[in-house]
Amino acid sequence: MANIDTRPGRVRPAPENFLTDEQIAAVKDGRRDFLRKAFVTASAAMAVPAVARAAGEGDPAILNLPPWSTSLGQPVAANPYGMPSKYERGLQRRESPGLTRVGGSSVAFTPLQGLFGIITPSGLHFERHHQGWHDVDPSKHRLMINGLVKTNAVFTMDDIMRLPSVSRIHFIECGANTGMEWGNVAVPTVQYSHGMISCSEFTGVPLKEILDMCGADYKKGRFVLAEGADGSSMTRTIPMELIESGEVLVAYGMNGEMLRPENGYPLRLVVPGVQGVSWVKWLRRIEVGDKPWATKDEAVHYVDLMPDGLHRQYTSIQECKSVITTPSGGQLLLDKGFYNISGMAWSGRGKVTRVDVSTDGGINWRQARLETPVLSKAVTRFNIDWVWDGKPAILQSRAADETGYVQPSYGQLRKVRGTKSIYHNNAIQSWKVVESGEVSNVQVL
Amino acid sequence: MSRFSKTLIALLVAGAATSAMAFDRYQGIGRPATTAEVKAWDIDVRPDFVGLPKGSGNVDRGIELWETHCASCHGVFGESNEVFTPIVGGTTLKDIETGRVEALVTGSSPQRTTLMKVPTVSTLFDYIQRAMPWTAPKSLSPDDVYAILAYLLNLGEIVPADYVLSDENIREVQERMPNRNGMTTDHGMWPGASAAKGGIGNGGKPDVKNVACMKDCKKEVEIVSALPDYAQDAHGNLAEQNRPVGQTRGKQTGAPSEPAGDGKQSAAAATLALANEKGCMACHGVANKIIGPGYNEIAQKYQGQADAEAKLIAKVKNGGQGTWGAIPMPPQGHVADEDIKRLVEWILEGAKAQ
Repeated sequence: MANIDTRPGRVRPAPENFLTDEQIAAVKDGRRDFLRKAFVTASAAMAVPAVARAAGEGDPAILNLPPWSTSLGQPVAANPYGMPSKYERGLQRRESPGLTRVGGSSVAFTPLQGLFGIITPSGLHFERHHQGWHDVDPSKHRLMINGLVKTNAVFTMDDIMRLPSVSRIHFIECGANTGMEWGNVAVPTVQYSHGMISCSEFTGVPLKEILDMCGADYKKGRFVLAEGADGSSMTRTIPMELIESGEVLVAYGMNGEMLRPENGYPLRLVVPGVQGVSWVKWLRRIEVGDKPWATKDEAVHYVDLMPDGLHRQYTSIQECKSVITTPSGGQLLLDKGFYNISGMAWSGRGKVTRVDVSTDGGINWRQARLETPVLSKAVTRFNIDWVWDGKPAILQSRAADETGYVQPSYGQLRKVRGTKSIYHNNAIQSWKVVESGEVSNVQVL
Repeated sequence: MSRFSKTLIALLVAGAATSAMAFDRYQGIGRPATTAEVKAWDIDVRPDFVGLPKGSGNVDRGIELWETHCASCHGVFGESNEVFTPIVGGTTLKDIETGRVEALVTGSSPQRTTLMKVPTVSTLFDYIQRAMPWTAPKSLSPDDVYAILAYLLNLGEIVPADYVLSDENIREVQERMPNRNGMTTDHGMWPGASAAKGGIGNGGKPDVKNVACMKDCKKEVEIVSALPDYAQDAHGNLAEQNRPVGQTRGKQTGAPSEPAGDGKQSAAAATLALANEKGCMACHGVANKIIGPGYNEIAQKYQGQADAEAKLIAKVKNGGQGTWGAIPMPPQGHVADEDIKRLVEWILEGAKAQ
């Protein structure tokens, strides 16, 4: 047989040239019978009726070879951009019916109940837009810097992507995450109760580098305005201290590729630890100033109503919070026995240092395992063993961060902030398990 | 030097005459902004009115503009709760005196309106100017914004009906904003310097304290809230929102949805997407009234009428009022003729999703 290198480690011809003309000729000459026999054997195995093998001998999934073991699979690049398995189609971003009435100013929640680890797949990143999203042409996108700077300046995407870049993993959580639950249980699953959080690796340039280039007046200019290029041209005030820390990024990358349009393609601000509304998408302008701006999302929305009738303004940090994602509301446990309770913890003030889990509604707690990596202002995954005895249980998780802050209970939070704040609900979440194995959303003070 | 035309370079040099660029560290990256460029984008207005454009507008002009551009979403009197939460309502003359909205203290208002919350009139000017109207943001002139704002303020009894709002008297209006004293920054959730150091808030001190108790932390567990029965099915079939393998399954709630098609988008689905894209669905539901009639109602009303298509195309294009009530449908100039035709045909055929 001509030209087939059979030494170990040698690369065989690629499938699209699976057999050369010479090889085909060789097969025709002498080996046709062998091939035909092999094919007949395979077909016979496939043809065995399922019932003949299933009864008592073992698992039909083992005894009856499935089509994927007995037939040719699809070629490479059948999906030029890979998509999840069709069996995963239940895990999608979803809206909460009745929450808003206009799709352009609404929320789609991340299906936390099905996610692992700490990174949110980009296609499942939660969505919140203020006036709809656009797919912005990156060659026409500009970033302007003005205000208290020596030189008002303009950068193209080419400019920004030529600058030295950093990649960092951070969570982004909407200030209104869990907002529907301030007063009472309102939604069935963790997707709707906590699904306005995502965590990604962002790539971009520290904003400080760009402000340095423009000669920012750091003495007078203690506030920065970030503005989007969308219809709402959303604006938020960011403290200069955060920018000086080097943490605030002008980002174009997310999880190894460019940002998705729904997440601000081609440029967004990354403000670690701060609520999502400040991570201005489609970022077009940064202004350095000496006072905060009291923008619409700092004076009408994203203000927290307190029991005395005052609104807290400029509340931005997302405080330490956690939630068990498996098992969680709307799910069924399959049977008694062992389970791996798994969840997410995060803090806008730094690293998560511990997560405790209770299965009796908060009377007794055990410390969970924190999986690596544990990063500042990023989601940390926790796991803990649990043997379900088939009796009612209430599952809770309670995170603490490196400042010593411990995630509060509903009772503690409501005592200070009441029930009408909408924003910044970081209370301990409870999932009730009943004998049938059904898990549901409940609140415990 | 190849990236910019000579004309542009000349413009840039003129614009940057003040200082050498401090861009030495990253040569060839970025350029000075021209004065015109900064003017085109720097539209923000601060509470101290830095950035406020000169101009004026009266309440009557505001009414006209409001009915054309704003009433379809916000209601004629800014009171509508159909599309967005109400702008006007819940404030009193006493609130205007004290600068604290009493309904926020007593909880007597069923909903918080914009005027109940907003402490700074600059916020309203800034937002209307940058983001309104909903489908044509940044299309209003400064005078238009003054007029619309004058009308809103008049609805809240903050200014009289003959008021002419301008850059010269807007500071007086600020002194009458009903919730101007209703904000506090005394909290620990500002991530910058504290108020004592020129920033905001208390420097990050949390307002709620818990401790990591591990054993016998309380005597009994009281469940204070659970999902009400009527809400069990409100989020669809949870079985279909979970993975079919793993530690758990999703609970069956409500009826299973129809099986997905072959993944190809049908013409109907594409038109539904178009309706979403063009903002039609903001005011019309497929099977329900939102602010305008549902598509099902339209199809029913025009069933069997030979000129229905032409009539509806004209209505979408030029706007209309009266067929379905007092709230007008604004002209949809941003939608191409062929798209309007496609949408109208789709509506008359029952606005199918697939």
